[in-house]
Amino acid sequence: MSKILALTGDQAAAEAMRQINPDVVAAYPITPQTEIVMNFAQFVADGRVDTEMIPVESEHSAMSACVGASASGVRAMTATSANGLALMWEVVYIAASNRLPIVMPVVNRALSAPINIHCDHSDSMGARDAGWIQVYCENPQEVYDLIIMAIRIAEHKDILLPVMVCQDGFIISHGVERVRIYEDRMVRNFVGEYRGQNVLLDMDNPVTYGPLDLQDYYFEHKRQQSLAVSNARVLIPDIVKEYEKISGKNYGFIEEYKTEDAELAVVSLGSTAGTAKALVDILREQGRKVGSVKIRFFRPFPAEEIAQCLSKFKAIAVLDRSESFSSHGGPLFNEVRSVLLESEKRPVIINYIYGLGGRDIGMEQLESVFNDLKEMAEKGLNKDKFINYLGVRE
Amino acid sequence: MTEKKKGWKEIPIGGKITEAGSAVKYKTGDWRTFKPVRNEEKCNNCLFCWIYCPDSSIFVKDGKVTGIDYDHCKGCGICARVCPKKCIDMEKE
Repeated sequence: MSKILALTGDQAAAEAMRQINPDVVAAYPITPQTEIVMNFAQFVADGRVDTEMIPVESEHSAMSACVGASASGVRAMTATSANGLALMWEVVYIAASNRLPIVMPVVNRALSAPINIHCDHSDSMGARDAGWIQVYCENPQEVYDLIIMAIRIAEHKDILLPVMVCQDGFIISHGVERVRIYEDRMVRNFVGEYRGQNVLLDMDNPVTYGPLDLQDYYFEHKRQQSLAVSNARVLIPDIVKEYEKISGKNYGFIEEYKTEDAELAVVSLGSTAGTAKALVDILREQGRKVGSVKIRFFRPFPAEEIAQCLSKFKAIAVLDRSESFSSHGGPLFNEVRSVLLESEKRPVIINYIYGLGGRDIGMEQLESVFNDLKEMAEKGLNKDKFINYLGVRE
Repeated sequence: MTEKKKGWKEIPIGGKITEAGSAVKYKTGDWRTFKPVRNEEKCNNCLFCWIYCPDSSIFVKDGKVTGIDYDHCKGCGICARVCPKKCIDMEKE
């Protein structure tokens, strides 16, 4: 049984959290994540969840409280955006390194300065090496589903890593869409009950968290984290399949749209994939062989799937909603491009940095990308158009 | 300190220590540059050294100082500083 509600991405996140009914939520409101915390606090006030809600004084404290709660053996969640994520930075690493399965919706927003509250991926992309699993959602439906799935991924005994479930600030977080919601019972059965191992409050088996770890063992603990992320590569498809059985939705590492006979494709994260699909439909009607590829899981990075999918195209454009200031393109571009090195057949691959600070990306802009790709599929890479800034004024 | 260290598959994840009181196995005595040496004749067993020692390295039995745990004493010299009888000397190792 399920019902369809009109929800924003933030409301969908709060609804998923209500159904998960975590033991502890410690959060600090920040635009555009505020409505998650606001809606969830309402659920707490109305007695609709059993959660201990901790209204902390900063994001550093929010993540610290989640680390403490999770280490004590209970299910802990928080949510943040941009500067909030930046403020919790050191504890974000500690959560992953202590192997605490905290699930955190991240509502993507540009980092200061100058101050900006709108969408880009500079916040979560900066945290890509923190040891968290990262999922990027296209719409409120994915936000709802992936937060529920994230609990199972995070808490799997062979993974035990925290998960960021990212959604585009305002574009998804404040846009109302149809969202199919499942029964509370179904969601609670799916996520199950969490029982941490080697937890702080197990008085019979005392354990130390966060001791000094120097040249002698620190590297070994990092190697374990690498294994956990590799395990996630193997185990996530099982959890995806299990969720598909009850929801009918298949949330693989990547999602291809009209790519079967496509020669040109754009690769993107989040809501832009939706815009790309709409444009692909229009261009297909004109007989153009174009497609769209959405990368849903950025951590673990689905290298084999991406290489297999992309090697069939003649030219592809990777769209980065963040700038890594390397003078060599954005983070998504560089990781996608590197996996193609092993492929026998390599398409022309170019990069577009776009949408910084919430700058809109329209179909006209995406169409210009496909036009560039068409030219390069015929004539080869145009080095003047290798790294591009889409939608910036000259 | 030549014991064979465990590999990454053999240790608890997340840097957790799952054995209570295991710090005693971690010998820190070789960090020391100066070693506390107690003059038993001058000592009146006031136990200031035992109270102040940050590494619990003063052995006490039946209210009397019986020795110093050189496996764990890092040579900070606090015992010598707080001793009212000045009966602890810090000697170079």
